[in-house]
Amino acid sequence: MAIDPTERPSPEQLLADIELEERRQRRGRLKVFLGYAGGVGKSFQMLDEGRRRRERGEDVVVCALQPEYPPEVQEILKKLEIIPLLKVDGAESIDVPAVIRRHPQVVLIDGLAYDNPPGSPNAHRWQDVEQLLDAGISVIASINLQYLEKLQDEVERITGRRASTTIPRGFLDRSADEIVIVDAPAAESVGRGAAAEDRVALAEQHKLSRLRELALLVAAGVVDRQLETYLRAHGMDQPWGVQERILVCVTPRSNAAEMLGSGRRNADRFQGEFYVVYVQQPALSKRDQIVLEENLEYARKLGAEVEVLSGADAAQAILTFAMQKGITQIFVGHSTARHNGWRRLRSDLVDRLIRSAEGIDVVVYPH
Amino acid sequence: MSSSIPTSARAGSDDAGPSRGQLKLFLGYAAGVGKTYRMLEEAQQLKREGKDIVVGYFEPHGRKDTIAKTVGLEMIPTRSINYRGVVLQEMDTPAIKVRRPAICVVDELAHTNVPGSECCKRWEDVQVLLDSGIDVLTNMNIQHLESLNDHIFRITGVRVRETVPDWFVKCADEVVMVDATTGALLNRLRRGDIYAPEKAQRAMDNFFKESTLAALRELALRQTAHELECRETADVSSAAQDNSPLSPSSQKEVHDRILIYVTADPSTAMLIRRGRRMADYLVADCFAVCVFPRGDRRPQDKTVQSVERHLNFARNLHIEARVLEGDDAAETIVDFARRNQITQILVSRRTYSLWNRLLGKDLILRVVRKARDIRVIVVAERP
Repeated sequence: MAIDPTERPSPEQLLADIELEERRQRRGRLKVFLGYAGGVGKSFQMLDEGRRRRERGEDVVVCALQPEYPPEVQEILKKLEIIPLLKVDGAESIDVPAVIRRHPQVVLIDGLAYDNPPGSPNAHRWQDVEQLLDAGISVIASINLQYLEKLQDEVERITGRRASTTIPRGFLDRSADEIVIVDAPAAESVGRGAAAEDRVALAEQHKLSRLRELALLVAAGVVDRQLETYLRAHGMDQPWGVQERILVCVTPRSNAAEMLGSGRRNADRFQGEFYVVYVQQPALSKRDQIVLEENLEYARKLGAEVEVLSGADAAQAILTFAMQKGITQIFVGHSTARHNGWRRLRSDLVDRLIRSAEGIDVVVYPH
Repeated sequence: MSSSIPTSARAGSDDAGPSRGQLKLFLGYAAGVGKTYRMLEEAQQLKREGKDIVVGYFEPHGRKDTIAKTVGLEMIPTRSINYRGVVLQEMDTPAIKVRRPAICVVDELAHTNVPGSECCKRWEDVQVLLDSGIDVLTNMNIQHLESLNDHIFRITGVRVRETVPDWFVKCADEVVMVDATTGALLNRLRRGDIYAPEKAQRAMDNFFKESTLAALRELALRQTAHELECRETADVSSAAQDNSPLSPSSQKEVHDRILIYVTADPSTAMLIRRGRRMADYLVADCFAVCVFPRGDRRPQDKTVQSVERHLNFARNLHIEARVLEGDDAAETIVDFARRNQITQILVSRRTYSLWNRLLGKDLILRVVRKARDIRVIVVAERP
């Protein structure tokens, strides 16, 4: 996300990309099926992919399953080879040595977020997966959103709970080559008559919907990063406005709260970047200075990148900055009628931005 | 008490008479991601549950795995239509209505029917089925969503002709993303699972480039998240209204009203789509407004025709279109905006001209100056 499209990738960055690529070529590949809850159909989709691969002649083996499956999943399992889980005092873990001895091309692991029984060589199942990948075996695994460590805060905000077992932040970023989202409605109602009606069920459904939305946005973020890596690797500039880059111009007199709030929301919605600039004016009154500081402070609090520009020509300073950052929308306040001189300057600014900001939207806000 | 909570504005009621059917839409980002497969999977599940389900239209594309998923499902035969010596197959909507299943599966929602069919578009056929109380499972790709047309053109370089209006997608009770990685999709294409070899090569040169697919995939994921959010917000706010009409959240929200300034300039189509998307995000009312001079100073026929075409386009997207008369366009627009509590005015940057500005006549700047209490958005054409 922090990649500046106007900047060429550094040689170090290119080298890092290449090394990562080489390391990945030697290792097995990890593909993750991400769902937002149990029962959305991850197992089915993952095992069905295993079946199709096997029918195409790939050497596919299942090495971790859930305790129970619906009939349509059991049908698929009949067509697949299974290396059973090791059982130690009622707890289960993947039989890593057996899998490595068997050395298939691909293993299927239904459920990535498990802790191994105490005394196992690896404490966590994701470490087993690392080991398999290092041995050159590709892994297809399923996981629920709730078990991703980096989403714990957001998940807790929605469900009020944190997971006891989590997949660490770095693991998926480092190891997962591909991520597929398994999407399904929170309640399957179409074709099945009326949906849930009681309050508890509805509240539960609402929570699930928010988890679902989170999962979709997480996947979109992953795709976005992959797209950037791809474009960088192929020496292409990002040619599309997939992201919005919003620039809010504040002054002591502008309705900063509305512009900044709107800028933040827009940036969030389109996974965009959010900049705030102020062009230094000579001789601000004490009061204006205080208001300005408050506005800039608020901008920082909203997570904007704040910059103070200088230059006698405010419009030119803003336009130069906008071009450098590849801004897609400029937010600016309507001119105020209070000060004649100030007003002339301000209306001139709006006028000039509209005239010169080629390819950039100009949004003029009321006071 | 619990029965008074509306589960969904679109859910069937207990009233007598046929209630509108429910619509489930499987959304993908390219041919071959598995939309039809997933939809048929669901159809098989519903059949196992004992539901009365038929397939109204199915496009096999010669895909073996997908065809296997239709086994055991009742297929309503298509209608053969002779068009200029070619016999084409279309969905037989009247026959489905006669058969009257509980649920009907309809492949390829964005399809345009043969000229002369009762409905121009397949989504209109689906409307007919829903209106007669049949639930529908259907699918489309993200690039067929009307308001994304410009965006898709920028990503793919292709102007998609077969589109589905946004309001129709909004009506869907459920929208589900059918995902596949771009790598998997390209592999399927290379193996010939999606198209015949020759067509596959052409596809890979054009639409099926890794970067293009990734951009489309991201767009589809975000759109699905957005569709979900819209439904959630609608459900929550209708539930809130039910309990206390003046809940703090609904009270605080200012209701947005958007005005799109329609001219003969071709950029107007882009402006209308943009306005439509904004209105959807903000759950705002939306107007498309043009201004003609008064009396006999009518502009050229060509100009009038272009404006009319744009107004019709807006109407198709369920935007309220208005024709105003006034000799000063800026004044007329701002006046209309004030009277109708407009909060945002959208104008195309193309309306700007240096010459007019020197004469003090520039429309955008005059609107900006007059409408100090309204947000004015000058929309640029993106390269």
